[in-house]
Amino acid sequence: MPDAPGLELIRGEIERDHPGAVLATSFDRNQPALIVDAEQILAVLGWLRDTPGQDYRFMSSLHVADYLPAEPRFAVHYELLNRDRVERIRVKAMLADPAAAPSASGNGSSPDDAAANLGASGQGPRTDTPARPQDPDPTLPQIDSCVGLFPTAEFQEREAFDFFGIVFNGHPDLTRILMPDDYVGWPQRRDFPVGGEPVTFTYNEHNYG
Amino acid sequence: MLRGDLEGEDLERYVEEKVVTTTFEKMLNLARANSIFPLTFGLACCAIEAPISIVTARYDLARFGAEALRASPRQADLIILSGRVSVKMAPVVRRLYDQMLEPKWAISMGACSSSGGMFSNYAVVQGADKFMPIDMHIPGCPPRPEAVMYGFNKLQRKIIGSPDQGWRQRYNAAGTEEWARGGPASQPSPEAAAAYEAARELSRA
Amino acid sequence: MAELSEDLTKELMTVNIGPHHPATHGVLRLIVDLEGEVVRDLKPVIGYVHTGIEKSCEDKSYWKVIPFVERMDYVSYFFQMEAYCGAVERLVGLEIPPRAKYLRTIFLELNRIHSHLVWLGTTALDLGAISMLWYCFRERDRILDLFEMATGQRMHTRYFQVGGVIEDIPLGFEAKLREFVKDMPVRVGQYEALLDRNEVFLSRTKGVGIVSRERLLELGVTGPLLRAAGEPWDLRKTFDYLAYPEMDFQIPVGTVGDNYDRYRVRVAEMVESTRIVEQALDLMPEGPFIADDRKYVLPPRSELSTSMESLIHHFKLVTEGFRVDPGEVYYAIESPRGELGCFVLADGSSKPSRVHFRDPSFVNLQAFKDMAMDSYIADMICSLGMLDPILGGVDR
Repeated sequence: MPDAPGLELIRGEIERDHPGAVLATSFDRNQPALIVDAEQILAVLGWLRDTPGQDYRFMSSLHVADYLPAEPRFAVHYELLNRDRVERIRVKAMLADPAAAPSASGNGSSPDDAAANLGASGQGPRTDTPARPQDPDPTLPQIDSCVGLFPTAEFQEREAFDFFGIVFNGHPDLTRILMPDDYVGWPQRRDFPVGGEPVTFTYNEHNYG
Repeated sequence: MLRGDLEGEDLERYVEEKVVTTTFEKMLNLARANSIFPLTFGLACCAIEAPISIVTARYDLARFGAEALRASPRQADLIILSGRVSVKMAPVVRRLYDQMLEPKWAISMGACSSSGGMFSNYAVVQGADKFMPIDMHIPGCPPRPEAVMYGFNKLQRKIIGSPDQGWRQRYNAAGTEEWARGGPASQPSPEAAAAYEAARELSRA
Repeated sequence: MAELSEDLTKELMTVNIGPHHPATHGVLRLIVDLEGEVVRDLKPVIGYVHTGIEKSCEDKSYWKVIPFVERMDYVSYFFQMEAYCGAVERLVGLEIPPRAKYLRTIFLELNRIHSHLVWLGTTALDLGAISMLWYCFRERDRILDLFEMATGQRMHTRYFQVGGVIEDIPLGFEAKLREFVKDMPVRVGQYEALLDRNEVFLSRTKGVGIVSRERLLELGVTGPLLRAAGEPWDLRKTFDYLAYPEMDFQIPVGTVGDNYDRYRVRVAEMVESTRIVEQALDLMPEGPFIADDRKYVLPPRSELSTSMESLIHHFKLVTEGFRVDPGEVYYAIESPRGELGCFVLADGSSKPSRVHFRDPSFVNLQAFKDMAMDSYIADMICSLGMLDPILGGVDR
């Protein structure tokens, strides 16, 4: 991995070409990470991939973590790998949740969605609310899609959309990939309930009818 | 043996020793139990133990007559739900079950298909009982192939003994094709729906 | 008449294959556009065995997560345990003792052989070489006997814990393992004798499903698929983890990148894994099999009746579990299908805040369209077998 001074050098060089892109660096547990402004993510990823001397051409993983209750809430992680020097670097793009602004009335991921998925009689998901955004949905965080730079991101961005509701602008086919197509809600957000059924034992079975 | 070969005592003893009388039902059940055609259907980890491992040489399901695994549900008798049934897969499993012809049986193998297993969450149906009638539940995660054989043998004894115990009516499974197309059999009774809602309320509280 | 037949051959027919289909290695659904028998477009639909494992893990203390993550890619369960335990050990800064490293290496390589045996058996079954299934599963049962001897379970053994392994190997295990290691190359030779120069197998796999190395790297594909295309990239050699730096083994690399190369690479890997197991057995040091740090590792049961602190540590670890300081770690290992990475985000409490697995089958599935494009359906089935997706890992 680039060590701590190496990481600062990288940050300095990116600052020269794209000022304001890198917000912070972190070198936690021997793993370097660049914390990046989400607007300029393509510039940073492109720089890391194409600059001779950097050559982080392999994307190992693209995933999202929800840092609720910290703000900004979501971070899209890009794990990049330089196979010649065998070095990994992580790029984190922080995204806030637009629906959590005080003026917004509702959140896209409340426990009501879990009930909505089951319908009034507990039969199956509702069929009237599709989960794919035809127009950019203002309640969902948005970021540019890096499928152009790293084609491996195609399925992984769909998974991030499916589970966190993050819209990747420019993705060829941003639909749900693992959940059913008409599912309502973003399951892996921290405020989405885990779900499941209460286990009835003899001491509490009278509560459950 | 020709007519007239044995007379009197000998004939009586011969008939006692060599001839068995039974009902046609029992014969039919015996034949059905010993020549079950399982469906090649595997969902997750249990699929590696069955249907793949039990048909291999060490744990041989063929000795119980179930050698012919069929790929098409129309030709199969038995569906072994081996693995966790996710919310997306449940309608597919139900459709497969509906496409099977009577008489048909279902074994729910492993903890995940019997009761949701260790996955008590939004994505796994907590027990395949919730959407289809199951004849035999085999516990384990994954159950050893010997456990699956034991369950299979038990199913065979059940088929021989009393195959129809009215659970189809109890599980709302009568007229099963209507379920898939939203007919009257696909809606739960109002009491069941209310009880389910109450349980959801409690789990949310 | 001539115009009619022209129209019919140019018309695209959309066929749905799966999720229940004898040749789809799990519940993979493919929506295929066919022109005659030639595949023109392919779209995999997944999610039919999505279990919400990553979400469930957020609710459980760190050691309770281990049985959950093992069940993702259900053929290579030791690898998931290693990815997760390794990630948590890096978060916590825990060093595992050398004996534990060797034990983990042995079980990982045995699991690799197991995974390749299951692959070979089922893929050969798809191609029609049905006897391979019986032979491969005979060996697989021997490996499972070894697992059962050491851990008590055939599959999903929960053997790796944070800090090492849960128990030392029993008496008699080493002898049985040595017997297995002696027999395995002979058996692999038998598999090769059956399939390597079999005319039907060759004509079905040679020249089929070729994807260029650059395209595979773009798509993020790793593992035997990448190595078959000529790229010698194996995380066991590039990153030092467990006992691999001390092992002497080679990485089989293909040339053309067609299905035959993928088959050869995996079969050769089985032999190499056997060599690694043998060397690890020879070099394994004596010593503790799990780390000493009582804050993270359960004390041995014999101490519980004599030492008060052990009792307190035991109680705390079993009820609440250990706490991890906030931080995040991404740790990747080489699983039989490619790079298996585990991302763990800790928020200071006793439960992980996010566990995410970069599953190799999920990423490798993106290459399937390239492999099957413009080839016959039969070639597509063959490519699917050689791609070796395990839907539990794809769907998690």
